[in-house]
Amino acid sequence: MSGVLAILEQRGGAWNRMSWEAFAAGREIAKATGAPLMACVPGYAIEPLLPDLMCRDAAKVYAVSHPLLENYTADGYTAALEQLVKKAAPEYVVFPHTYQVRDFAPRLATRFGETLIADVVGLEIRDSRPVFIRQLMQGKLNGAYGHSGRGPCFVSVQAGAFAAEGLEAGTPECEAFVPELAESRIRARVEPPFREATQTVDLSSAPIIVSVGRGIQSKDNLPVMETLAEALGAELAASRPICDSGWLPMERQVGSSGQTVTPKVYFAVGISGAIQHLIGMKGSKCIVAINKDESAPIFEVADYGIVGDLFEVVPALTEAVRRAKS
Amino acid sequence: MKILVAIKQIPRRDATPQIDESGRWNPDEQSEFETNEPDAFALEEALQLKDRHGGEVVVLSAGPERVAQSIREALSLGADRGIHIVCDDLAGLDTLGLAGRLAEAARRESPDLILTGLQSDDLGLGQTGVVMAELLDIPHATIIMQVEAGDGRVRVKRELESGWFQWIELPLPALLTIQSGIAKLRYASLMGIKKARTKEIRKIEAAELAAPPPPSVTLHRVFPPQSRKSTQIIGGPPAEAAAKLVEKLRSEVRAI
Ligand SMILES: Cc1cc2nc3c(=O)[nH]c(=O)nc-3n(C[C@H](O)[C@H](O)[C@H](O)COP(=O)(O)OP(=O)(O)OC[C@H]3O[C@@H](n4cnc5c(N)ncnc54)[C@H](O)[C@@H]3O)c2cc1C
Ligand SMILES: Nc1ncnc2c1ncn2[C@@H]1O[C@H](COP(=O)(O)O)[C@@H](O)[C@H]1O
Repeated sequence: MSGVLAILEQRGGAWNRMSWEAFAAGREIAKATGAPLMACVPGYAIEPLLPDLMCRDAAKVYAVSHPLLENYTADGYTAALEQLVKKAAPEYVVFPHTYQVRDFAPRLATRFGETLIADVVGLEIRDSRPVFIRQLMQGKLNGAYGHSGRGPCFVSVQAGAFAAEGLEAGTPECEAFVPELAESRIRARVEPPFREATQTVDLSSAPIIVSVGRGIQSKDNLPVMETLAEALGAELAASRPICDSGWLPMERQVGSSGQTVTPKVYFAVGISGAIQHLIGMKGSKCIVAINKDESAPIFEVADYGIVGDLFEVVPALTEAVRRAKS
Repeated sequence: MKILVAIKQIPRRDATPQIDESGRWNPDEQSEFETNEPDAFALEEALQLKDRHGGEVVVLSAGPERVAQSIREALSLGADRGIHIVCDDLAGLDTLGLAGRLAEAARRESPDLILTGLQSDDLGLGQTGVVMAELLDIPHATIIMQVEAGDGRVRVKRELESGWFQWIELPLPALLTIQSGIAKLRYASLMGIKKARTKEIRKIEAAELAAPPPPSVTLHRVFPPQSRKSTQIIGGPPAEAAAKLVEKLRSEVRAI
């Protein structure tokens, strides 16, 4: 058992960009452990994708192809990758922490008597062995995890945690791998992906966004935020629980299951800063956080912060904006 | 339909976790506890399925004595029975060890459907349900936003990234991990709270279950996250802080 295997993700012949971050994480582990890096892409008719992979700094590329892998199913992917991991016998298996990986990787690890180290945000190397950092308590703490199992160590890495840019070039060897899969063993019947409603607000072009979270407590308090947004000439957005409760429409949700925005200024008001929210807004040029809890993780990504009760701070801010504008 | 719901009790999400000098964090020393939010939604979905199709809802939780409170709350919301795997060694188990215990207790019940939350808000592992499904050798689907049950199968709406969804159909028995927001949560009625007192919570001692394998993944140390940016915290009374912030947004960011 040696080497690092990065398992990349594509859907319908298009790469998931997070694949290259998993590749980068795999590269780092390979370097630290002095082992070769292998990469694999599962799917069907994936040949057009291979050139993107064959120029990378890896020792080997596995093209895992089978008609039953054309549409993702947990059973199909778990079985195919179980066979590949047995054949390639890596010491580390690295995934991007996508929704698809969340769906099957824990199952795959279980087949090897292992536990997936999920949603890793960083690596430390101790005695040429990696220690994996992941978040606890919705980002209020970090934890350092070590692997002591006898099987391969399965790891998934969080979006944005490893830089996909600046990877070196290389000339890996390519091997086609056709797993043995039987239709009768795939228990799920899948329908094609779809989008819910058509988008009528395009948050991505708004220069200023005022975003509200559960700190607002009730729908009746929303006018406090609307008044601030109006004074700033900003669009109103929200964290997921606000949209789940129907206080604002789904199309105003920012985050991994909503929109991704990069305004000039993003006001996060009464939002704790869970990673799924941060994914949607951390690219903003300037982030202002208003939260009564000074340990809220949102302050870690903020440029400016006010620790206080939003029901006092927001009206004061609205006033100050109006004064500045007049 | 018999539905088993796995619920976890976690430290309240607004708690400020304390870390000791050796980098250990023991939530039991300080916190108040609550039911993991996605699990409350899993329970709600189970209760609604029961309202529509009849059957039984059983809640299952592993943890020390205090988790009986979360089970009792689930019973007052309408669950029929509770199973409490009594153990205080969870911090020393990895997901495989915990899921093994939950799966063994689940197997004894032979439910048609198992619901879990999609992740726990304290550890955020997001995988206990999926591992249970593998150990029980039943199909699963994750991040579920809608469930239609009927005729030995379920058709479920799975959330994908960035506002995409997908319907998938699974034969029963199956396991689903439920996303927050799947349904509107109900409140416990006085009647429900009264009734809950008479409902059964069966205790299973951890020792009655198979010994968990030694963990392959261990948490060595806990530490506060470092700020990724140099955040300027603006102090003072609200009016003063607001004025200072606006001034900075004007002069430093040129956004107002
Ligand atoms: C698969 C998956 C996908 C997800 N997708 C998304 C997504 O797209 N977008 C998203 O936002 N979330 C998403 N989530 C949910 C995410 O994990 C968090 O649960 C959510 O972002 C929390 O929202 P919040 O910050 O508004 O609420 P909370 O975490 O409850 O935070 C409320 C904050 O308000 C503060 N507060 C309370 N009262 C006041 C007051 N009076 N004044 C000032 N501050 C106050 C509190 O200190 C706290 O920090 C997803 C989760 C999963 C598992
Ligand atoms: N100790 C536990 N007892 C019962 N259910 C649990 C326990 N731990 C986790 N779960 C279930 O598994 C889900 C996912 O948890 P996790 O894998 O820790 O993110 C939770 O939402 C619960 O439904």
